[in-house]
Amino acid sequence: MAEHEALHASHVLEYPYSRSVGPVIGAFLTGLREGRLTGVRGAGGSVIVPPTEYDPTTGEDTGELVEVGPGGVVETWAWVEQPLPKQPLDHPFAWALIRLDGADTALLHVVDAGDPGSIATGDRVTVRFRPEADRVGSMADIEAFVPEGSA
Amino acid sequence: MSPAGRTVRPVSIASFAQMQNVRRDDEHNEVEMLMPVVAEVFGTIGITKDDVDFICSGSTDYLIGGPFSFVMALDAVGVWPPRAESHVEMDGAWALYEAWTLLQEGEVDAALVYSFGRSSLGDLREILTLQLDPYYLAPLWPDTVSLAALQARALIDSGKSSEAEFAAIAARSRKDALANPKAQVAGDRSVDELLRDEYVVSPLRRHALPPITDGAAAVVLAAGDKARQWSDKPVWITGFDHRMETHSLGARDLTSSPSTAKAAEVAGVHDGPVDVAEIHAPYAHQEVIVREALGLDDSVRINPSGGPLAANPMMSAGLIRIGEAAERIRSGQAGRAVAHATSGPCLQQNLVCVLEGA
Repeated sequence: MAEHEALHASHVLEYPYSRSVGPVIGAFLTGLREGRLTGVRGAGGSVIVPPTEYDPTTGEDTGELVEVGPGGVVETWAWVEQPLPKQPLDHPFAWALIRLDGADTALLHVVDAGDPGSIATGDRVTVRFRPEADRVGSMADIEAFVPEGSA
Repeated sequence: MSPAGRTVRPVSIASFAQMQNVRRDDEHNEVEMLMPVVAEVFGTIGITKDDVDFICSGSTDYLIGGPFSFVMALDAVGVWPPRAESHVEMDGAWALYEAWTLLQEGEVDAALVYSFGRSSLGDLREILTLQLDPYYLAPLWPDTVSLAALQARALIDSGKSSEAEFAAIAARSRKDALANPKAQVAGDRSVDELLRDEYVVSPLRRHALPPITDGAAAVVLAAGDKARQWSDKPVWITGFDHRMETHSLGARDLTSSPSTAKAAEVAGVHDGPVDVAEIHAPYAHQEVIVREALGLDDSVRINPSGGPLAANPMMSAGLIRIGEAAERIRSGQAGRAVAHATSGPCLQQNLVCVLEGA
């Protein structure tokens, strides 16, 4: 429709916020740095992972921190053949909601399964941390989950 | 006192307009996109900006990449002398909810609601990760298609749906869109053909994804005498509610939508028969979940406009559902309709609006 071509220029905008994580999320992220997975006990006794200061369903305060994992069960998964640039792995992988042993809710992370035939709902997976020197207290301290037995 | 969510003061959808939905509009900025839409929504009923008492818009700075973009967009209306105005960083359906709430108070009788968004300016899958929990989710950059695919797999595993049903929904939507001149994606393709599409993120094939759309929409709300002056056959909002679920994806049952079910109950969806439902389910499988949560049986006509699989302008696709549902009543094709809007990953937040003819 236009007689001329619209001009384009790139405009990069980032939101480089620093965040205070508080006593519960902070404990989880510190645990990752130390190679541990942490949940929190909700008012009804259920264990919430990843942990929050409030029960995500009822809003009630949560209680004591408990150790969970390192293994868990795939609740649902999605296969990514072409990862986007910022995603955790640069080769095909599965996103998965993983219910860790001892937990009642699921954690989102990636499963380095190799090919889509090597993962299914209900499969057991286990955590693969980055080398200790590379951990900084972030979700990326978990390199990936891997099918149990292949770690 | 009427039940929560049921209308105390009748408010009508007096007018609705939307832009031609397109993959990429390079030729107009946001103000220029909105100007003809605002002119049409007023012009259709022969009014001007001076006839509305309140303006509420829905948009997000994350698309345009600049702060307070809604302030600039007001130039599409022209707000001199100064106007009472508000904005939500949400789909225009929620801006409409805010305006409806103000009209309930009875101090003003008419409002303009509009929304706009250019989904094409950046990488939408990447941008939408910024709406997620910044501690546990956003650092992994799980894109919106991947999160929807996790939900689709859970739905298949639960036995509630199948890839073939996703394809059937996409086929029906885009066939219906052939009759919608404002649609972006329309066509008549068989389910078998669609099932040969490649996966974008398995189990979602290309056809089960919404198009990336630049668009804008506007509605005029009217109450009292103005509702009857501006229309011989007003379309009334008779129930309205919105609800939200936790942002902890792994704490939700992704195969159901309790927030939609609650909103439907409060809005009174089941107080009468539903002829048409305009459902804002951007991914084909989400229509299955919302339909169940709304409690709609097979007799209800779903998304005769083609729905969000035919055009999914960010920030407007929900408002357009309300406008399209109202148009079905205005044209006589429906007596009672339900419009639904959603926001957030995997149907996190949902709005339900019940509309009826006079």
